[in-house]
Amino acid sequence: MYVRHLQLTDFRSWQHVDLPLEAGPTALVGANGQGKTNLVEALGYVATLGSHRVAGDAPLIRHGAQRAVVRAAVVNEDRELLVELEIAPGRANRARVNRGSATRPRDVLGILRTVLFAPEDLALVRGDPGQRRDFLDELLVARAPRYAGVRSDYEKVLKQRSALLKSAGAAKRSDSADLRTLEVWDGHLAKYGAELLAGRLDLVADLVPHVTRRYAEVAAGDTSEVDGPAGRVAELEYRGSVTGLPEDYGRPGGQRADPVTIESTLLSRLAEIRQQELERGVSLVGPHRDDLELVLGQAPAKGYASHGESWSFALALRLASYHLLSEDGAEPVLILDDVFAELDARRRARLARSVAGAEQVLVTAAVAEDVPAELSGARFDVREGEVRRAG
Amino acid sequence: MYEGPVQDLIDELGRLPGIGPKGAQRIAFHLLSAEPADVTRLQDALQRVKEGVVFCEVCGNVSERTRCRICQDTRRDPRLVCVVEEPKDVLAVERTREFRGRYHVLGGALDPLSGVGPDQLRIRDLVSRIGTDEITEIIIATDPNTEGEATATYLVRLLQDFPGLSVTRLASGLPMGGDLEFADELTLGRALSGRRSV
Ligand SMILES: Nc1ncnc2c1ncn2[C@@H]1O[C@H](COP(=O)(O)OP(=O)(O)O)[C@@H](O)[C@H]1O
Ligand SMILES: [Mg+2]
Ligand SMILES: [Zn+2]
Repeated sequence: MYVRHLQLTDFRSWQHVDLPLEAGPTALVGANGQGKTNLVEALGYVATLGSHRVAGDAPLIRHGAQRAVVRAAVVNEDRELLVELEIAPGRANRARVNRGSATRPRDVLGILRTVLFAPEDLALVRGDPGQRRDFLDELLVARAPRYAGVRSDYEKVLKQRSALLKSAGAAKRSDSADLRTLEVWDGHLAKYGAELLAGRLDLVADLVPHVTRRYAEVAAGDTSEVDGPAGRVAELEYRGSVTGLPEDYGRPGGQRADPVTIESTLLSRLAEIRQQELERGVSLVGPHRDDLELVLGQAPAKGYASHGESWSFALALRLASYHLLSEDGAEPVLILDDVFAELDARRRARLARSVAGAEQVLVTAAVAEDVPAELSGARFDVREGEVRRAG
Repeated sequence: MYEGPVQDLIDELGRLPGIGPKGAQRIAFHLLSAEPADVTRLQDALQRVKEGVVFCEVCGNVSERTRCRICQDTRRDPRLVCVVEEPKDVLAVERTREFRGRYHVLGGALDPLSGVGPDQLRIRDLVSRIGTDEITEIIIATDPNTEGEATATYLVRLLQDFPGLSVTRLASGLPMGGDLEFADELTLGRALSGRRSV
């Protein structure tokens, strides 16, 4: 798929901008602070209903404006859909498709799919587990939009259940009325948690071969003598807090994760640790406590991988996402925000070669020299609140 | 920040549901410049709801007397009771004209974050109503959101062992994450007629 047109009103630094785009590579070139990331952030918003930089919507509205509007014309297999999103903090956001009547924003998920690389991606390797959980969940939603609902239902139930644990625990009460309501929340937590966990496990199983392959591609030639010519193999291990699940869940070639099995396992774990949870006032098992371990050779990448290896792993995760989504059907739009400046010459060249054939690649860079020759295509200069075609 | 009483008024208005800081400001300045007679009428109306409106002793709906119009209406089927969160939900169900039974208003939903547990809701009253009245079917019509669903599950577990009582839940089709009061009449009507037993 590709974006044929992007129009922003009062989004971030952009009061108004019209950006006609084409399939193939496009470079957005401009000095720091000119609003390049803001442009691609808007595309990411259409795809995920969130920003890759901030948690809430408020920073996305231009200072002094009440609401932002993002319009994107998305072409998928010769069919064009116009998505319009109105972002207004404090009110429900609104969405429209092809100028039809307003729908819930959630209904536009799946129309545009993007895979975005940014310098912040290094945190996927070095940051805390929450960032890897978000990586998995966002990819899960891109694959199957219904998980957006599962994820938000799970988070809401988790908040309520944790509040109950805290108040019941603090009051040193666990009388039958509290326990009866806790059982209700347990049941709902297990139901949504099992769905989310099953989705993540299957995703990891499907993703591993892609990650291994893309890491080998990006890191080729980086190998030290110790590792031999083939280099170290990159893999993923889902480290779940719900123990007692079948060993091969989440592994390539293993059985698909069954939500019903997970639900009953999660329920028994909750019953076992009830006392501990009441004492600490927190929910101790469930997908919110899990991690995705990135493994390089025999060791976890976190804490062991060099700077270059960490970058290769982060790139491999994004490239793997792109290939997995392409394999599922519609090829996502690739966005490389300011990444080439961060990479050494070899990784730059390999990344450029690896994505050059994509249906649409948007590259942002501070100077034109940072855009690899393989990705020369349309070029826009971004300066002083305007985007001008430059080649 | 404005000075003294104006800011107090803005703060009070801003606490009301559905009114944001901008709206509160607008209403406050509107009242400031309104005719004294208009302000007095509003003042009286506020006073009267607090003094004059009571809650029906049977179902908990807002009422002018100790027993509401619906609970007094002998044409309504006393065997059917629809359980809702708020009085406004009674209105929503009434608008569908699909339901000829009576109501029970819980006064909210299970919401530990706001400190609402079963004891803060009119659940005990419901149980004693079931024990004394000729109720044979309970229809749970709590909101289709996290708190409403949890409340429904709680009620189902609590009521399932009452002999001769069938407990049903509104059929799905209601937009999830929503508010019963905002469901359109057709959808809500369908959900009522297609209710499933749980
Ligand atoms: N909500 C907003 N309203 C107005 N300007 C904003 C808003 N959010 C960010 N900006 C401005 O956008 C600029 C950063 O844009 P960005 O796209 O990150 O630049 P770059 O071209 O370096 O990628 C900064 O000057 C910042 O002040
Ligand atoms: Mg930038
Ligand atoms: Zn009544």
